[in-house]
Amino acid sequence: MSNKNTFNLIIAGYGGQGVLTMAKIIAYAAMFAGYDVKQAELHGLAQRGGSLICQVRFGKKVYSPLIRQGNADLIIGLEILETLHACYYADKNKTIILANSEFYNPYLFEQKGIDSQKIIKDIKSFGLKTELISASKIIKKVIKDTAMINTFMTSYAVEKKLLPIREKFILQAMKEKFRKIFWEDNLKVFQIAKLTAKNK
Amino acid sequence: MDPVLKNTKKELLLGNEAIVRGALEVGLSFATTYPGTPASEVGNVLAKIAKKLGIYFEFSTNEKVALETAAGAAFSGLPAMVSLKHYGLNVALDSLLPLIYLECPLVVVVADDPGSWSSIQTEQDSRWISRLGHLPTLEPSDSQEAKEMTKYAFKLTKKYKIPVLIRLTTRVCHTRSLVKYGKIFPTKKKGNFYKTKNLSATGSLPTIERHKNLLSKIKEIEKSELLKTKLNKIFKDNSNKVGIIASGVSYYYAKEAINEIGINLPILKIGFSYPFPKDITKKFIKNLEKVLIVEETDAIIEYEIRQIAKNVNPKLKIYGKDLLPQIGEMRPEYVLVALSKILNKSLPKNLVNNQKYFKLQKIEKRLPNLCPGCPHRATFWIVKKALGKNKIFAGDIGCYLLGALPPYKMADYIVAMGASVGLSHGVSKSTGKKPVIFIGDSTFFHAGIPALINTVFNKSDVLIIILDNRITAMTGHQPHPGTGITGLGEKTKALKIEEVVQSCGVDSVEVINVYNINESIVKVKKAYQKKGISVVVAKGECRLLTVRKLARIGVRTPKFEIFRQSPNLEILKDFGCPAIRKHKGKYYIDENVCWGCGVCRQIFPKNIRLKK
Ligand SMILES: Cc1ncc(C[n+]2csc(CCOP(=O)(O)OP(=O)(O)O)c2C)c(N)n1
Ligand code: SF4
Ligand code: SF4
Repeated sequence: MSNKNTFNLIIAGYGGQGVLTMAKIIAYAAMFAGYDVKQAELHGLAQRGGSLICQVRFGKKVYSPLIRQGNADLIIGLEILETLHACYYADKNKTIILANSEFYNPYLFEQKGIDSQKIIKDIKSFGLKTELISASKIIKKVIKDTAMINTFMTSYAVEKKLLPIREKFILQAMKEKFRKIFWEDNLKVFQIAKLTAKNK
Repeated sequence: MDPVLKNTKKELLLGNEAIVRGALEVGLSFATTYPGTPASEVGNVLAKIAKKLGIYFEFSTNEKVALETAAGAAFSGLPAMVSLKHYGLNVALDSLLPLIYLECPLVVVVADDPGSWSSIQTEQDSRWISRLGHLPTLEPSDSQEAKEMTKYAFKLTKKYKIPVLIRLTTRVCHTRSLVKYGKIFPTKKKGNFYKTKNLSATGSLPTIERHKNLLSKIKEIEKSELLKTKLNKIFKDNSNKVGIIASGVSYYYAKEAINEIGINLPILKIGFSYPFPKDITKKFIKNLEKVLIVEETDAIIEYEIRQIAKNVNPKLKIYGKDLLPQIGEMRPEYVLVALSKILNKSLPKNLVNNQKYFKLQKIEKRLPNLCPGCPHRATFWIVKKALGKNKIFAGDIGCYLLGALPPYKMADYIVAMGASVGLSHGVSKSTGKKPVIFIGDSTFFHAGIPALINTVFNKSDVLIIILDNRITAMTGHQPHPGTGITGLGEKTKALKIEEVVQSCGVDSVEVINVYNINESIVKVKKAYQKKGISVVVAKGECRLLTVRKLARIGVRTPKFEIFRQSPNLEILKDFGCPAIRKHKGKYYIDENVCWGCGVCRQIFPKNIRLKK
């Protein structure tokens, strides 16, 4: 962990993608792992499909709930445009960016006029290392929906050791926080993400 | 089990949840609210747990009523609390101020929203109200403090017989952090009202007498409480000549900035901010050369410091809103930049870099939108078809304010809850035109009724469309007087809006089912043609609520599909359901997004059908 022993994680997506749940699960996992934690989220208008950034900080002692501009250790983006938004927190010499490479705006009639290659190029210019993954394509193989990108990305980050929390704490938090009916599908997604990370 | 009820040593809680836990640990017995983000979870959590603990809890019709109700309990000897968002405190203010004179022992929780994350009306610093009303005020920085200060607020309110304000901001409300748990204290089930309480003495003399008492009470609090409280505290009282004074979450931004710069500066943390702690401040600034004041949002502490410094240390250089923003929320980088300037230090490289390059990015901002299948979208479509786009349209507060955005753009003004009706009445009287008003059901009950009566009384000419989606949706689905369920989850009478409207004297009242498009268009047209005031009650349950209900009983939401292409389908772009899209010239419905309301099929029955 850099920055005087506090790990700075940004999770970016849009309302409806499960950004809040993901942040909560990671925060709980960090608590189970014995860290001090602060996790900042936003409610209200941002939840009606708008841009949404959550922050999780953990370490020995955490003061501010907000990460200082340019000081994230890890940015996890659930969609590329939102990942680019989150680059406000990126440091060229430090930040690892892990992003779901799909551009998807549920509120656009036609997904046109967007140059995703340009967005990806811009994202890459902000971080030390950028990893892109096409999450929903892989998720579709194991469950009916394309949902649960949040669980996928969490599992992937843990397996790749981008997120310094042990898997068992993440699973413990998931088990506690997910409703029973979603638990099994989430576990499936968790496993496929783990496998993907191992083979990549 | 709800995290606030857990029997554990520590737990991750939102600031709002921590407020509830704190109140439980001192025997909260009576709580009220009207929902409003960022305060909403205080009420939402209480709604879930109150009954089990024997606490009385209600969602009141509006904040003024909520505050008055809680005050009634407080006068009857029950530990009572009301929680509101900042605009809510504005609504309740008329009653709050005399209640301070009347020595009401009530805890008032208010959540400000710097950055306007979930507030479109204004940014507001409620600490002005502390000064307006002489209201003792506490400002927690995180969840642990939110819990501790709530407990202290109950103690203060009882000891001094005065309402106490706990002032939160978004980043305190909506940040999870660790909270150490104490024991939950049993509630007091029954209160007692003593008729001897002299609450009704009238005339200018008693009022002036009460004002005098209040001011001497504030003096007493300054003397006894402020001198011993640990909520105002000096950290690292060393010989450095530059210091920081901070309150609320800003205190932590200041801590971070100091740590990053690596100089151990003294900090005065203000937790008890009204009456202002003059003595500790004097001690703190006496030997300083420079001081930076960090607070959200207005320069309130800064103003206090400037007054005190005049006598104690007139040479002191005071920095505050000259280096820090007074609009939007405070951020760690702002404090770091300000402090670096004062200390003449260079900024960290990663900040400078990011500042330089991120600015150059032009990133599209994603706009919020109504859910797929939302009844409000159907209503906007119906009204657009019936009356065209050129009428004067009034919006109000709720999910339907999104009707101001494309593709509908059907709101010429949005002001504050219920304001649509009065404003439109004024516009109508001045222009001779007939404005069309969109007002939500919860908003109608909150502040729409007196304005409606005024339109009848004063012979207005407006069309009021009441969007009856059966819930207070925007703030997270709280019940209201039309829902038939109370905050404790008990059955109650469900008021019918059309009956309320009729009994207010409106002759032309139509009820439409917004999921029946063609019939509704005809009815809206007719309603508009009537001279004078007419009301359309547009019924259609919040689709998110419907979908959740279906999921709970294990029923899959129906899905629709486009089975015949046609150039006419381009019209659906103006309809704006996020499930309907075009790809390479073809129209399709994304079944992962469709919530099966069937409205699109009604618009294109020959092209769209239920998917088997
Ligand atoms: C005085 C005041 N109190 C509370 C709020 C918070 N608030 C914003 S939207 C809303 C819900 C309104 O509900 P309704 O009119 O039923 O519309 P819906 O969201 O259900 O469409 C509330 C309570 C506010 N803006 N102002
Ligand atoms: S929450 Fe309900 S009322 Fe609000 S946009 Fe969604 S469906 Fe419409
Ligand atoms: S049925 Fe049509 S209008 Fe309703 S949610 Fe599905 S696609 Fe949208």
